Amino acid sequence: MNVPLYRLAHGRTGDKGNRSNISVIAYRPELFELLVEQVTEARVAAAFEHRRPSRVTRFVLPRLQAMNFVIDEVLDGGVNSALNLDTHGKSLAFLLLSIEIEVPVSLEPMLEGAPQNPN
Amino acid sequence: MTSLLVGSAAGFSGDRVDAAGPVVDTLVARGLPAVLIFETLAERTLALAQLERRRDPELGYEPLLVEMLEPVLARCLEHGVRIVSNFGAANPPAAARRIAQLARELGLRTPRIAVVSGDDLSSLAMRPLLREAIGPRIDEIEVVSANAYLGAEPIAAALAAGADIVVCGRVADPSLVVGPALAHYGWSPDDWARLGPATMAGHLLECGAQVTGGYFADPGLKDVPDLESVGFPIGEIASDGSVRISKAAGTGGFVTARTVKEQLLYEVHDPAAYLTPDVTADITEATVLEEGRDVVRLTGVRGHARPATLKVNVCHEDGWLVEGEISYAGPGAEARARLAGDIVKKRLQGTLDIRVDLIGAVSVFADDGGRMLAASPEGYARDVRLRVAASHGDRRTAERLAREVTALYTCGPAGGGGVRTSLRPRLDTLSCFVPREAIRAHYEVVTSGKRP
Repeated sequence: MNVPLYRLAHGRTGDKGNRSNISVIAYRPELFELLVEQVTEARVAAAFEHRRPSRVTRFVLPRLQAMNFVIDEVLDGGVNSALNLDTHGKSLAFLLLSIEIEVPVSLEPMLEGAPQNPN
Repeated sequence: MTSLLVGSAAGFSGDRVDAAGPVVDTLVARGLPAVLIFETLAERTLALAQLERRRDPELGYEPLLVEMLEPVLARCLEHGVRIVSNFGAANPPAAARRIAQLARELGLRTPRIAVVSGDDLSSLAMRPLLREAIGPRIDEIEVVSANAYLGAEPIAAALAAGADIVVCGRVADPSLVVGPALAHYGWSPDDWARLGPATMAGHLLECGAQVTGGYFADPGLKDVPDLESVGFPIGEIASDGSVRISKAAGTGGFVTARTVKEQLLYEVHDPAAYLTPDVTADITEATVLEEGRDVVRLTGVRGHARPATLKVNVCHEDGWLVEGEISYAGPGAEARARLAGDIVKKRLQGTLDIRVDLIGAVSVFADDGGRMLAASPEGYARDVRLRVAASHGDRRTAERLAREVTALYTCGPAGGGGVRTSLRPRLDTLSCFVPREAIRAHYEVVTSGKRP
C-alpha cells in the first residue's frame, strides 16, 4: 500500500542562509528501515526540483531513528532575499512529508493518523 | 557537585512575555543553583536594532526588554536566579542602564550587571578585517550591522565575577547555556567532552517552547495538550554536560522523545559537526530517553575541538521589497486570481520580475521563478488571495507593483476585493569567518550592585 510519509514520520525545517535542513523522524522504530530505503537523496531532490537545489545531502542517525536532509540553495536566496511569504522555508517539511511511501500491509498498524481522505 | 538548572524564557524577539513567570517559580521551587536565559536575536533582529540605535543612542536593545523582565526581576534577585541574555542586541550598555532603572522603579536592590562586548564589528576601524574576509564587495555595500558570534567564555567570566545579570549582544545561542555551565562546574574551556553535550543542551533550550510542544502540533497526528499555555523548558545540566529537559510546572505542552528529537535536529547540518564558537558538537551517537512524564534525557553527545574562526554576519541595505494582495472568492475564484496575476505580470514586463502566489491554491511551497505554479493544473479553489511580490533597487520602480495591484479594483477580473500593498526597505546578509584572535571578547561590570 502507498501512504504519505507523514503517517510514518514527523519532521521540522530549519534554515541558515540559503540552505534548509529537514528532519525526518520515524514515529516507531519498526518504520525506520523503510524510511532509509525509500526517502533517499534522489527522492528529496525530486520533491524540491522546482526550487533548483544545488545539492541534497542525507545524514542517517540510527540511534535517533531519524534522518537529516540538508538542501543547498533551496530558498531562492534565503530569509532576507527570497520573495516567498515564507522566506525561512519553514513550511517545507510538509512538502517533504507529502511524498508517497510503499508500506507492507503488515506494518499498517504502526502508522499514525487515519487513511487519507480522498477529497 | 549539585546540578545546574537553566530555564529558558524566550526563543526569539517577540516571544511571549508571560513565559518567564512559571519558569522562575519552578526554578525557585526546585532549590538548585539556577540561571534564566532569554534568547532574542535572529539574523535580521540585530540589523533592525542597529538602525534603532542610529536613531536614538539609548535604544537598539530588545524592544520588549522591560516587558520580559518586569514580571520576574524581583524574584530572580531575591532567590539568586541569575539572568543571561543576548537582549542587549546592538546596544548592551543601554540595555544594562534600562535594567538598572527598572530595578529602581520596582524598589529592588541594585543588581550587579555585566555587559559582554567585542561582537560589534560595524565601526570603520573594523572594516579592514571584514575586507580581508569578504573581499572588495564590502566597499560596494551599505553596511547596517556586522557582528561576530562570541562564545561562552566572557559569559562564564562575568558570572564568576558575581554578576546577577549578564547582558550580551551577538553570542552563539547555545553559549547562553554553556557560559553558566562553565562557570558553575569550572570546566576548562577546552574540555570538549563536556562542552559538546552542554552545547546541545543549549541548543535544545534556546528556542523556548520549540522543545516543549510549541511548533510541534499537527492535529490527528501530533496533538499537544493545552498549547495555548505551553510551558517553557528547563534543563538540568549534569557534571558530564548531559541534560534532562523538563518544563515549568502547571503549564501546557509536553516534553517527549519526539519533541526533543525535532528540536535536536533543528538547524543542524552535519550531525557529526555542529559548529559553535565553543566546540564542535557531535550527535551521531546521541540518544534521547523518556525518564518520566515531561522528563527527557539527552546523552551520548560528543565534543571535538572548536573551530579556529568565528562566524560573522554582515547585514546591508538591499533595495526595496514591494508586495500587493487581492482576494477572489466563489465560483471561478482561482481562474480569476490567475488572470489577475497574468495582468500584473504583463503590465510590468521589462520593468519588474514578479513572483505570483495564489494563496489558498499554490503559494509558500512554490518558487520565485513560478515553475511550480506553471506546472500546477488550474484547480477550483473557491477562496484565493493573489499575492504578487518583487524587489528593486529603485523605490519608485518598486512602487509600480503596488499601483498595478490597486488598479485591479476597476481594471482587473470581476469581484476582486481587499487590496493591501506594502513597500519596505530590504536587508540582506553576508556571512564570513574571521580568525578568533582578531576579536576581543570581554565583559565589564557596569553597576556597583553586590550579590548578597
